Amino acid sequence: MNKKLLSAPFLFWSGLFIIVPLLMVFYYGLTDKTGAFTFENIAAISSPEHLKALWEAVKLSVLSTIICLILAYPLAMILCKSGSNKTSFMVLIFILPMWMNFLLRTFAWLTLLEKTGVINTLLKLVGLPTLNIINTPGAIVLGMVYNFLPFMVLPIYNVLIKIDKNVINAARDLGANPFQTFMKITLPLSVPGIISGITMVFVPALTTFIISTILGGSKILLIGNVIEQEFTQTGNWHLGSGLSIVLMMFIIFNMVISAVTDKDGEAQAL
Amino acid sequence: MKKALVNLEHISKSYDGQLILDDLNLYIRENEFLTLLGPSGCGKTTTLRILGGFETPDAGKVYFDGVDITHLQPNKRQLNTVFQKYALFTHMNIAENIAFGLKIKNKSKAYIDDKIKYALKLVNLDGYEKRMPDSLSGGQQQRIAIARAIVNEPKLLLLDEPLGALDLKLRQDMQYELIRLKNELGITFIYVTHDQEEALTMSDTIVVMNQGYIQQIGTPEMIYNEPENAFVADFIGESNIISATMIQDRLVEILGTKFACVDEGFGNNTPVDVVIRPEDVELVDLADANAKYIIEGTVTHVIFKGVHYEMEVMANGFEWLVHSTGMFPVGTKVGIHVDPFNIQIMNKPESEDEEAVGVNE
Repeated sequence: MNKKLLSAPFLFWSGLFIIVPLLMVFYYGLTDKTGAFTFENIAAISSPEHLKALWEAVKLSVLSTIICLILAYPLAMILCKSGSNKTSFMVLIFILPMWMNFLLRTFAWLTLLEKTGVINTLLKLVGLPTLNIINTPGAIVLGMVYNFLPFMVLPIYNVLIKIDKNVINAARDLGANPFQTFMKITLPLSVPGIISGITMVFVPALTTFIISTILGGSKILLIGNVIEQEFTQTGNWHLGSGLSIVLMMFIIFNMVISAVTDKDGEAQAL
Repeated sequence: MKKALVNLEHISKSYDGQLILDDLNLYIRENEFLTLLGPSGCGKTTTLRILGGFETPDAGKVYFDGVDITHLQPNKRQLNTVFQKYALFTHMNIAENIAFGLKIKNKSKAYIDDKIKYALKLVNLDGYEKRMPDSLSGGQQQRIAIARAIVNEPKLLLLDEPLGALDLKLRQDMQYELIRLKNELGITFIYVTHDQEEALTMSDTIVVMNQGYIQQIGTPEMIYNEPENAFVADFIGESNIISATMIQDRLVEILGTKFACVDEGFGNNTPVDVVIRPEDVELVDLADANAKYIIEGTVTHVIFKGVHYEMEVMANGFEWLVHSTGMFPVGTKVGIHVDPFNIQIMNKPESEDEEAVGVNE
């Protein structure tokens, strides 16, 4: 009885801010302007412009996830190997930017990358040709990698630190060189962390519209931008909700796959 | 005498300025079951890790079969280790675990399958090929860890407190199994433990270590019956360790009373330590007119231990620990007799420091 009472605020909160909005999204997504039931908003994803936006978003977020993984894995290994004092300092360096507002961090990159921004001004000063990064897919990927890298590092670090040093020693003892030990022991044992990391980077990267708006200008439309515009500019909530449902299904599919493989629940640990 | 398989020469190692091993010299003969025995922090595990190649000594050399392997990578050494807490590969099944070393060496599938079968039979776990390590009990996992090591046909097997995580009954069973394995395989075992009973049961040779130094090397009988110093006597089983004076050859004064003994060559009026095992202290009934005893005392404690009674007897200002199948009630006046050959005389440690180290353990 007492425990039920304690959960009441949470139930109220999730009811009001998760269940109700979700139902509203489903209501708008499955009706037209007259309120009649329709699948048109869902089917709208198959229009060339929407498919292109979805494809663009998948492409950039997959690329960002891969870059994050390539950067994060060695980093997590270094964190595991260094002594405890050094580790906490390095972890702090990683966490520190996360304490700053997400928008602020992304605008900082805008200031750096702009045509007349900090980097180009410096390049001009030393007489080098200026870079044209801003408003390209590259800038968006840079923003995604920068913002989401910690979400890849931490789950991988968490599984690596839990691997018994003697398991690594045992592989070496049985004749495996450092590379074989990594491929046959360390890497397979860290798969749950890799999957958590991929989920935690891929999902926010796929749905972002802020990074693409700020660093991509209005030239590159991701599926997140399209949905945002349907709500804020066109005012077509029905279409926006329909596309949201499609994106949600896409993500749920992704999560189910990772939940099946991620037995240790690394994702929940964060 | 068989030839030495491993030679450790002048090995020193310290961590963070703390000396773990200080000029350690040790050789291990082929086909020997050698145990490194000592309390935690005595350097026994570090010695094993240096042999396995997981640590490099600060000074000194490790020779294996006459070849200097001090700086050789672990995967290049012809020895295998059974780790504390097993260290099995949890993402592989039992067959894959056992096959790991053989696959690295590119052995044929038929050879590997044969070896897996043979090893599982050897450790009494036939038919466990497809099981996962997590589904096995501690004792079974330990046997798989041993199987995984021995399929590589090492000349030397290192065992780092392999039975530490098992319960008493299982530990005793595994002790016999290890002796059987060693005899069947005919390879050299180096075994690390802090359990003196384990060491006495299994070893050909025991190396007692403390604070980075070897205290005594000998057969289990020698270590138990003729401990070289108070530390060894105290660490190996229970004992009465008493400060005494060697009056002359074959006569020692213990707590003011002269006892006949069998030791010679300590000189006259030399301060020594004597060790008398509790089972060697004989209690006699004072009422018995024919009773032969050296000193008198009073029983102060009695505990029933199953096989024997453990009693404490106050005599000449010292609480004598006594193990006996006969029992005298608390308060009884008894006579104490010790046969001359049951009194073990040891030199006093040279410095005060060492004495403190030895007796406080």
